[in-house]
Amino acid sequence: MPGLITMDDLTNEEIISILDDAEKLLPVARGELYLPLLEGRILGNLFFEPSTRTRMSFETAMKRLGGNVVNLGDVKNSSVVKGETLFDTIQMVDGYTDIIAMRHPRQGAAQYACDSASVPILNGGDGAGHHPTQTMLDLFTIRQAHGTLEGLNVVLAGDLRYGRTVHSLSHALVRFGCNVTFASPDSLRMPEEIVTDLKAHGAEVVETDDLLGEIGEADVIYMTRIQKERFPDEDEYAKVAGAYKLAASDLDGAKAEMIIMHPLPRVDEIHPSVDSTRHARYFEQAFNGVVARMALMCWLLGVTVPEDVNEAGGVL
Amino acid sequence: MSQEANMRRVTAIKNGTVIDHVPAGKALSVLKMLGIGGKMSNPVSLVMNVPSKKMGDKDIIKVEDRELTQNELDRLALVAPDASVAIIRAYMVAEKLEINLTEEVVNVAKCTFSNCITTNPREPLPHRLVVTGRDPLQLRCKYCGKTQDIEGLVDNLL
Repeated sequence: MPGLITMDDLTNEEIISILDDAEKLLPVARGELYLPLLEGRILGNLFFEPSTRTRMSFETAMKRLGGNVVNLGDVKNSSVVKGETLFDTIQMVDGYTDIIAMRHPRQGAAQYACDSASVPILNGGDGAGHHPTQTMLDLFTIRQAHGTLEGLNVVLAGDLRYGRTVHSLSHALVRFGCNVTFASPDSLRMPEEIVTDLKAHGAEVVETDDLLGEIGEADVIYMTRIQKERFPDEDEYAKVAGAYKLAASDLDGAKAEMIIMHPLPRVDEIHPSVDSTRHARYFEQAFNGVVARMALMCWLLGVTVPEDVNEAGGVL
Repeated sequence: MSQEANMRRVTAIKNGTVIDHVPAGKALSVLKMLGIGGKMSNPVSLVMNVPSKKMGDKDIIKVEDRELTQNELDRLALVAPDASVAIIRAYMVAEKLEINLTEEVVNVAKCTFSNCITTNPREPLPHRLVVTGRDPLQLRCKYCGKTQDIEGLVDNLL
């Protein structure tokens, strides 16, 4: 069954078409218009590890389109603690639902579920692997700001080794001809497999440990959280994490249209002083998760988003 | 030392399979991959670390009274992709077989990445390793996408 496991599951044309659908669905996501395109459909939300934005935005997306959602709930209260395999869990939920969104701590779990299921699987994060639905909302946000996805200078910063959002996003950006710079501490560099794949797509990959030195040329700075548990001790963490923080005062030399993104939650890598600058885009980015996921579910369920949603939809 | 001297280290077999040009020191891994162990009743002869014109040093394996199938031999692609295999009948070479490296290596070894979903032994789907390079051999897990450590795979044989 088709699903969205990595960005390789979508062609560039499909990405653009889904982003166009997402754009049309903005008034539905805002609650200004009722358009029950997925009425009668059920989404299974299988989050085997914590999630706030991904889980809630999937749920919001399905409900705004008139569908329903069933949740696995807390893993501690499910059959998973009794030792149920992922394969068996998927067999069950496959029978209850029309489409599944899942997050799992094990890498490869989404592909495994996809091979086990008859309904489409949307990968909401598998270990340190991929997070393609996040990439779709990230691309939507970038296109909203710059009007294009092509040829932009994008800096991905922070934890690039374990950060699954940047793994999927870098693949997509390179396919649209963006210049990608990886700014990270040495111990958290982008995994070798991903760098190899990007080079195979013809990308020139620039790696640096100097985030601030990249600000002037950037069209997009994509920050990620550096997690304390990745470091042997607190001092080492403090030393490294300090170099991957942005405050409003760091942005004086930035291009006027440069945007700062973050998959959230942030800890202290973006100082609150940045929130009120013209560059901050992370809260809009989180909202865009709803339209991106609406458009993805329509696409995977074979439902056409009408050209004129205002004509097709009704008042709430 | 000559080729004949190598072959004379163990007696010729009447019927069975000879696997030659196994990389030096890999013969035991080959036996493991073929499921040939102590419980098997067929006689098995091993010659290890003998000189070879083609590859410096090599190992040779002779399995009596058992003709290995192409499917079994293809499993060897992970450790001995260039081995030459002969089926022996009545002391004569009846067939020569080649080891084929398919596009996907299915249910031969488990992914070497500790956080891959397939490390749960109770998950029932086949283990699938995708061939991404042939010289040198490169494999990635179909599920987690991690590049495999070939030496580690030998310890992860199914």
